Amino acid sequence: MAKIKYIEFNGNAHEVEVPNGMTVMEGAVRSNIPGIDADCGGGMSCATCHVYINDDEWLKKLPEKEMGEDDMLDQAFEPKSNSRLSCQLIVTDDLDGLIVHMPEKQV
Amino acid sequence: MIKTDVVIIGAGPTGLFCAHQLGIIGLKCEIVDNLDKIGGQCIELYPDKPIYDIPAVPECTGEELTNNLIEQIKPFNFNFHLSDRVQELKSENDKWIVKTLNGKEFETPNVVIAGGVGSFEPRKFPTKSTEKYHGKSVLYSIKDKTIFKDKSVVIFGGGDSALDWAIELSNLSKVTLVHRRDEFRGLPASVKKIKELSDNKTINLITKYSIKDVHGNGSLESVEIKSESGENKVIKADYVLGFFGLIMQLGPIAEWGLNLDKKTIPVNTENFETNKKGIFAIGDICTYPGKLKLILSGFHEGALAARGCFKHARPDEKYRFEFTTASSTIKDRLGVKE
Repeated sequence: MAKIKYIEFNGNAHEVEVPNGMTVMEGAVRSNIPGIDADCGGGMSCATCHVYINDDEWLKKLPEKEMGEDDMLDQAFEPKSNSRLSCQLIVTDDLDGLIVHMPEKQV
Repeated sequence: MIKTDVVIIGAGPTGLFCAHQLGIIGLKCEIVDNLDKIGGQCIELYPDKPIYDIPAVPECTGEELTNNLIEQIKPFNFNFHLSDRVQELKSENDKWIVKTLNGKEFETPNVVIAGGVGSFEPRKFPTKSTEKYHGKSVLYSIKDKTIFKDKSVVIFGGGDSALDWAIELSNLSKVTLVHRRDEFRGLPASVKKIKELSDNKTINLITKYSIKDVHGNGSLESVEIKSESGENKVIKADYVLGFFGLIMQLGPIAEWGLNLDKKTIPVNTENFETNKKGIFAIGDICTYPGKLKLILSGFHEGALAARGCFKHARPDEKYRFEFTTASSTIKDRLGVKE
C-alpha cells in the first residue's frame, strides 16, 4: 500500500491509498481523479496517462523505463525528461509518498 | 440513400464479430470506419503484438485476429466504408438517417456503435498559434509532396512517419528534423539514414528541442523551438509537419444525445441498447456494471446486440434461436455445402 498524491495541472491535489500491485494510473482511475485518461487501459499504447515526476529523488527511485515507454511518450502532450506513463509504475510500499503532476491535458 | 438493417460504426474486432452475428441471423449491415483499413485498434496500435486471451486461440497477433474475422464474415459480402466517419444521426419515422463525412447516407432501424475509444486522429501540436495554419502550412499528413519543392520544411517527431518524410523530402526541400530526445523509435535503417543525412549536412537535425511557437505575417515564416533548459531557436519554415502518432477522440458520437459516462456509453446488458431506441453500443465504448475491456467481452456484446437489432429490423417476425452446427438456414447463409 502506498499513499500517492496526484496534482492536477490547476493545482488541485488528490491523495489516495493505492494497493500494491496496482499501477499509479489505476490508482487514479478507480478514484475518479481527473487528468489521467488512460484510453488504452494500461497497454502502453496511447500516452494518455502521462505524468511528470517533479522531485528528482523520486525520479531516480522509480523503476527505470522499459523499452517502448519513451517511444510512447514521444506522442504525449508536452513530454519532458521527467515524464512517465503512470500505467507503467507498479505500486509497492516503496512508492509511499510519491507525488505525480499531471500535464495540462492528455491529448 | 443506402437502406440496410444495421449500420455498424467501427471495424474493429467487436464490430466485425457483430457483423458476423447479424449475417448468421439473416440481417444486412454496412460498416463504417474512419481508418483506411479494417481492424481498429488491433491494426492501428498493435498489429504485431501477441494477444493471449482470445478463447480457443492460445496466441495470435492483432493482424491475424483481424484477418480471421474478415475471413469469417466473407460469406455475407457486407460493404465497408473506410476512411469515412459517421457525423450525424437523425431520427425519422422510426428509422435512423445516418450521414457520413464523405456524404454517404444510410436509412436503418439500427445503429451499432463499436467505436472503441473513438476515432483515430493525428495528434496535433500543443501550441495554440499553430491552429491558424492548420491544413495550409502546418500539416499532420502529406497528400502531395510536390508542394514542398525548394521550400523550408521543419518536421517534428521521432517515429517512422517523421523519419520517412524527412528522408523522402530531403531530395526536394530544405529539411529540418526536430525531436525531443536523442533516440528515435523508427526502424534502425531509417535512423541510420537520418544520421548519415545529418552528418553530410543534407538535413538539419536538432534533438532535445520541441515546438514553442510559430511566427508569420499572413503566411508562415518561421518556427520557434525550445529546449528543456530554456534555450530557444528560430528556424525559417514554409511548412511545419508534425508526426506524433494518432490519438483517439470520441468526436461526433458525443453529440447524438446519448447518455455518456466520461468517454463511454451506458447500455443495458440484455441487448446493449443505449438510452436511444435502435442505437446500440458494444466493445470498449460501452459501459455497464462489471464491464471488462476485453475483446471477448466485445464478441459477447455484439452477439446480443445483433439479436436486439433483429427486433427492430423484423418487427413482425419472431426471432428463432439456432445453432450454426445444426441449422440448414444458417449453413445456406454461410454458403456451406453439405
